[in-house]
Amino acid sequence: MSGIIQLSPFDLSLAALLVIALALVTRRLQLGIGRKLLWNATRTVIQLSLIGFVLKALFASSSPLWVVLMALVMLLGAGREVRARQKHPLRGGWGFGVGLSAMFVSSFAVAVLALTVVVGPEPWYAPRYAIPLLGMMLGNTMTGLSLSLNHLTQNVRQNRAVIETRLALGQTKSEAIDDIRRESVRTGLIPIINSMAAAGLVSLPGMMTGQILAGNPPLDAVKYQILIMFLIAGGTGFGTLAAVWMTSLRLFDDRHRLRLDRLKG
Amino acid sequence: MSRFVIEGLRTVCGGPFSFLVERDECVALSGPSGCGKTLLLRALADLDPTEGTVSLDGADRNAMSAPQWRKQVGWLPAEAAWWADAVGDHFGGRRSEDGGQKDSATGKKQQAPTPLVSKIGKGEALALRSAKLQRSCLEQLGFEQDVLEWRIERLSTGEKQRLALVRLLLNEPKVLLLDEPTAALDVSNVWKVEEVIAEYRNATGAAVVWVSHNPEQIARVADRHLELWKEMA
Repeated sequence: MSGIIQLSPFDLSLAALLVIALALVTRRLQLGIGRKLLWNATRTVIQLSLIGFVLKALFASSSPLWVVLMALVMLLGAGREVRARQKHPLRGGWGFGVGLSAMFVSSFAVAVLALTVVVGPEPWYAPRYAIPLLGMMLGNTMTGLSLSLNHLTQNVRQNRAVIETRLALGQTKSEAIDDIRRESVRTGLIPIINSMAAAGLVSLPGMMTGQILAGNPPLDAVKYQILIMFLIAGGTGFGTLAAVWMTSLRLFDDRHRLRLDRLKG
Repeated sequence: MSRFVIEGLRTVCGGPFSFLVERDECVALSGPSGCGKTLLLRALADLDPTEGTVSLDGADRNAMSAPQWRKQVGWLPAEAAWWADAVGDHFGGRRSEDGGQKDSATGKKQQAPTPLVSKIGKGEALALRSAKLQRSCLEQLGFEQDVLEWRIERLSTGEKQRLALVRLLLNEPKVLLLDEPTAALDVSNVWKVEEVIAEYRNATGAAVVWVSHNPEQIARVADRHLELWKEMA
């Protein structure tokens, strides 16, 4: 690990110029996205710097309590993000709760499984393994969930007439929404399927790049990357299925009526 | 016992409504637009949450599952939707119409053990009956059998309206809730639709609630006429 070249604040500000240039161009084109771009770039700097300190402290202590606390904060953040990325999320606590519980059963379960059975660090919750692994799982599952739920809720709103005609002909809620539900799950799975197809051929995934930059042997980095890809595929897939099913059931009541009033307008 | 009984039904924009429709009776429903006729039909099909009771042949709607209820209390929306590519994909009895598929299917069935065969035989009789109903409905409304292969995007508004009626009748509902079923049709097709509905009513004893704006049509088809008024709050 000694071979790594240190980055100075000056190096980073050079990279930041790129983002600023992009913001200026989008402003000229009136894309209305420049402010958002700058704000979120600033967030990246602040959040990542903070997490750098947090991880430093966490690695030093290696108490399970801190690891659990950190994991919970990450999970809550991901749940909030899933809801925020939908145009018409479920009203009330449901929009947050569905994403949260789906990610809990998929990302958490898969990460714990990988740590205890596959990787097996000592102890299994060792933050150096647990936190980055969970972070990658949550990040990808979050994308899958928000894409699929956004597709689901938008399409149900647009196809209200179709769904209600099908219900009126005596179909059950599952029959009436089946097409849309399947398409939504597919939408959520496309990013991970695509990145598995392009891995190595077109793109070198971020984690692997990081390990290689840090001076690890490429073959070790590859093995970890394959593991991560499979874990992400499993976590995203099962999480998406769970979230789409829960949301689609919530869109109907016990008399198989379509309840669009349960979506935010 | 009356076929279709509505008591104290409240929709979001009106009520309480209480009326009943007997077997083989047609009740016309009219009133200014926006007075809640469509909402009333939707409520009768149990598509919106409402207060009050609705019952069919003495059985309350909550005594059966909602899909069961809606198969028997069939709602024809003013603009019925289509979701698959071809017309026939929306009809249950399409398979038995298709000669090639039937042959290969029966070839498989002969290998099945005996009790299963008799069950399938019964199902086939049912399928045959619904195929017959489908053929006669389509014919009366001016369609050839090849309409089943037609693409949905090829259909005119009027064709869609007539085919939506066929699709509904194939469920053999005991109550028909018709929301301006002839609004998009020319005169000759209006007559055909009225005739098909009258025949269906006579043959099955179905009760019909018919929303119409046309006083002449109401005089032609309805036994009774209910008028809705918009309440000024």
